[in-house]
Amino acid sequence: MNVEVTPLPGIGTRHDFVSRTGRRIGVIAHRDGHFDLVVSRQDDPDSCVASVPLTTEESAALANLLGAPNLVAHLRDQVAGVSTRQLPIAPNSPYDGRTLGDTALRTRTAVSVVAVVRAGTVHPSPKPDFALGGGDLLVTVGTVTGLERAADVLDRG
Amino acid sequence: MHDSSISLIELGAVFFGLGVLGRLAWRIGVSPIPLYLLGGLAFGAGGLVPLAGIEGFANLAGEIGVVLLLLLLGLEYSAAELVTGLRRSWVAGVVDIVLNALPGAIVALILGWGAVGAMAMAGVTYISSSGIVAKVLGDLGRLGNRETPVVLSILVFEDLAMAVYLPILTAFLAGATLLRGLTAVGVALVAVTVVLVVALRFGRYVSMVVDSPEPEVFLLRVLGAALLVAGLASRLQVSAAVGAFLLGIAISGSTAENATKLLEPLRDLFAAMFFVVFGLNTDPRSIPPVLGFAIALAVITTATKIATGWFAAARQGISRLGRARAGAALVARGEFSIVIAGLAVTAGAVDRELAALATAYVLLMAILGPVAARVVEPVTRAFQRKPATT
Repeated sequence: MNVEVTPLPGIGTRHDFVSRTGRRIGVIAHRDGHFDLVVSRQDDPDSCVASVPLTTEESAALANLLGAPNLVAHLRDQVAGVSTRQLPIAPNSPYDGRTLGDTALRTRTAVSVVAVVRAGTVHPSPKPDFALGGGDLLVTVGTVTGLERAADVLDRG
Repeated sequence: MHDSSISLIELGAVFFGLGVLGRLAWRIGVSPIPLYLLGGLAFGAGGLVPLAGIEGFANLAGEIGVVLLLLLLGLEYSAAELVTGLRRSWVAGVVDIVLNALPGAIVALILGWGAVGAMAMAGVTYISSSGIVAKVLGDLGRLGNRETPVVLSILVFEDLAMAVYLPILTAFLAGATLLRGLTAVGVALVAVTVVLVVALRFGRYVSMVVDSPEPEVFLLRVLGAALLVAGLASRLQVSAAVGAFLLGIAISGSTAENATKLLEPLRDLFAAMFFVVFGLNTDPRSIPPVLGFAIALAVITTATKIATGWFAAARQGISRLGRARAGAALVARGEFSIVIAGLAVTAGAVDRELAALATAYVLLMAILGPVAARVVEPVTRAFQRKPATT
């Protein structure tokens, strides 16, 4: 993939690439440190359908949301025979509002939770007293069967 | 005591009035510059409400406004951006000069203002308002558009052109003969080259002189340096504006960015004063005789700026709609046209009608520019028979 870097004199720098569907997607890094997320129009690729200003924290949150699957893919490439999955805590899950230790995933399924993604922020290496909530994503590592059982445990308790 | 209280009240009323006008302007999506000019016209001689007692302060504030406008224009682009801009867009830049400077010069010659008047009017119609253009592009969410770098690179080129043009104009305004004029051209080119080389190689030393981690120390130093350089330049018969502009180019890197942040509010304050003073010194009764020429110039130079943007964007392989957007974005003229007219009029070397023509012209263009940038898309789409798909 080819990320094009274009200087915008007096404003900052634009970084963009063309997606598989033909949209130009990019980021304008302003001199003052804030970012604009830009997406090109379908009928006129020269112009933008959206240009959304993001604060530094918002950009970090967005980067984490998009980067989480990347983290998993990275893990999968590194260790042969180990699988990773992202398991969601549904809002009505029995563990919504309880701690990670309560799930006893490690003992019951031999699956490790390496990180929790919540509202775009990654909490790496959560401790057993980490309180889970509906909408959290657990980044887990284990065997294929172990992961399936872990998904089951999180759904039904 | 009594005098100063009256002055404070008058000054307060002027600033408050400008604040109200400025808010109104951004509400309806146009630049506040034309409203400031109108405010000045209304207060001035022959206007609705003659304002006495604060001329001394207003004139000095206006001078500082010009220095700050040009200092920030110099700070806006780094020396490296200026050099790359020159390399990449010189063809479009030359087209821009030819198409947009000529109409102004021709009208000045028709009105019998001579070579110096023609030179000043050429500058007035040539230079786009980088402030209005950048603001409009940001407001309309067009910073990510593919034609935007083209628009910006033209603004960068105009910035460089000003660095050469202003010293030459000042030399001619000071009553130079052709030979001395040519010397001034040579000196201007050498000065700009030296400043660019210094900024590229030794920019951090210049920055070190003004830089400070304490905001108030930094503000005082950079403002002091700007006024010192401007004053010295003025002493040496180069205009104060040129000195401030070259200082702005020489300051680089993070120092330049911090200076811009600190000085922007000050610039807005003093520049507003400058527009008011310019309006004050222009007799509203002198505008109607030149209004026809102003309208003709507005129509012609709107077309020529659109042609410039169209040409420049076409060279970068941008579609028709994008070319039209690039052209319309460049239409706005504003602060620098008034600065040029102000230089010409205060030097006393040109007809006073030039101020009236420049005022009327900028009034039209500062309103027309943002409007053109807004309506260009629907208009162009309407002209394209079938809407483009994919």
